Amino acid sequence: MYQNEAQQVMRVCLLAGKIMLMSGAETYRVEDTMSRIAAAAGISGSHSFVTPTAIIFSLDGAELTKLIRISERSTDLRKVDQVNSISRQISNRGITLKEAYGQLKKIETEEEAYPLWLQFVAAAISSGCFVIIFLGGWIDFLPACIAGGLGFLSTHYIHRFVKVRFFAEFVASLVIGITAYILVHAGIGRELDKIIIGSVMPLVPGLAITNALRDLMAGHLFSGVTKGAEAFLTSFAIGSGIAIILTIF
Amino acid sequence: MFQQLLTSFFASAGFGILFNAPRKLLIQCGITGMIGWGIYFLFYMYEQNVVYGTFIAAFFVGVISQVFARFYKTPILIFTVGGIIPLVPGGLAYDAMRHFVQNDYNGAVSLAAKVLLLSIAIAIGLVASEVANQFIKKLPDRRPKRMK
Repeated sequence: MYQNEAQQVMRVCLLAGKIMLMSGAETYRVEDTMSRIAAAAGISGSHSFVTPTAIIFSLDGAELTKLIRISERSTDLRKVDQVNSISRQISNRGITLKEAYGQLKKIETEEEAYPLWLQFVAAAISSGCFVIIFLGGWIDFLPACIAGGLGFLSTHYIHRFVKVRFFAEFVASLVIGITAYILVHAGIGRELDKIIIGSVMPLVPGLAITNALRDLMAGHLFSGVTKGAEAFLTSFAIGSGIAIILTIF
Repeated sequence: MFQQLLTSFFASAGFGILFNAPRKLLIQCGITGMIGWGIYFLFYMYEQNVVYGTFIAAFFVGVISQVFARFYKTPILIFTVGGIIPLVPGGLAYDAMRHFVQNDYNGAVSLAAKVLLLSIAIAIGLVASEVANQFIKKLPDRRPKRMK
């Protein structure tokens, strides 16, 4: 009986941790959530080792340790929010572990994102706004919107066919470079640099770099270094895509 | 100044959509980004010191995010993500890249160093706001990295 109960706790903890990590939550939050759920279930000692690619979780007293592999990560703040509120409810004894497991399963499978056209518009408008933020002229607003939107779309579709993030980002920055170049030469845009900077921003791993540094400062050395490497790879992909365009023209 | 605030609002909110933030919190994401960028821009205009300005701006982004996170009972991550987006030194990184391509390694390395400094300034600013928050709250359990 006791063993069964521990296994139930284990399942809920690991599923919550997995969803959070795959949605881009901070390392300490994943660990914190898992140990809170375990504590709410009456197991005071739990140990977790969370890295961007795997979670190792172990419960004291039950001699139970499990490993979960995380293959893909993206940023999905809605899921982080939902898992967080479920863990809150468990802590307040609002729901049982069984109900929590059911809800977590539902969160894991459902893909409730904004419609693609809205994401496209958001990427386009943010790209345009970055031109102004970086002190460009309003004349370059529209070209940056076009280039940024196309860049976003190409990342999206290429990532669907080729499961290598690095490659999708590389091609997207190529698309952005070419689009910006064509637009400037067609006389629609003026400053090539500003347009490229603005439209590349939705791809730039600024968040990943900052998260990596924060993990390092919080003492999660392993996650920090790994995330840093991932961010470096992404910026390298973007940089080389743009570099090719700049060398050709 | 006004157009800076306006565009930083839309840029941050747009990133909220890209990162699939909950619909009812998009405006708050935008506000966080707008205030952060506004502070940075003031420093940029009067002090010309971008690293310092970035640090202070990131600190305030952290503070505002904490207020919002407490108020709406959500993870703080939702707001900091959008909030720091305008501060990310994308333009400088691009400039560094361009100098590398043009074989101007000296210029490229100094720009890259600045990019690194700015990223560190953002991270330290966020961490500093967390630390400040913990000093204020004086939580009974003293886990170092906790915040809600």
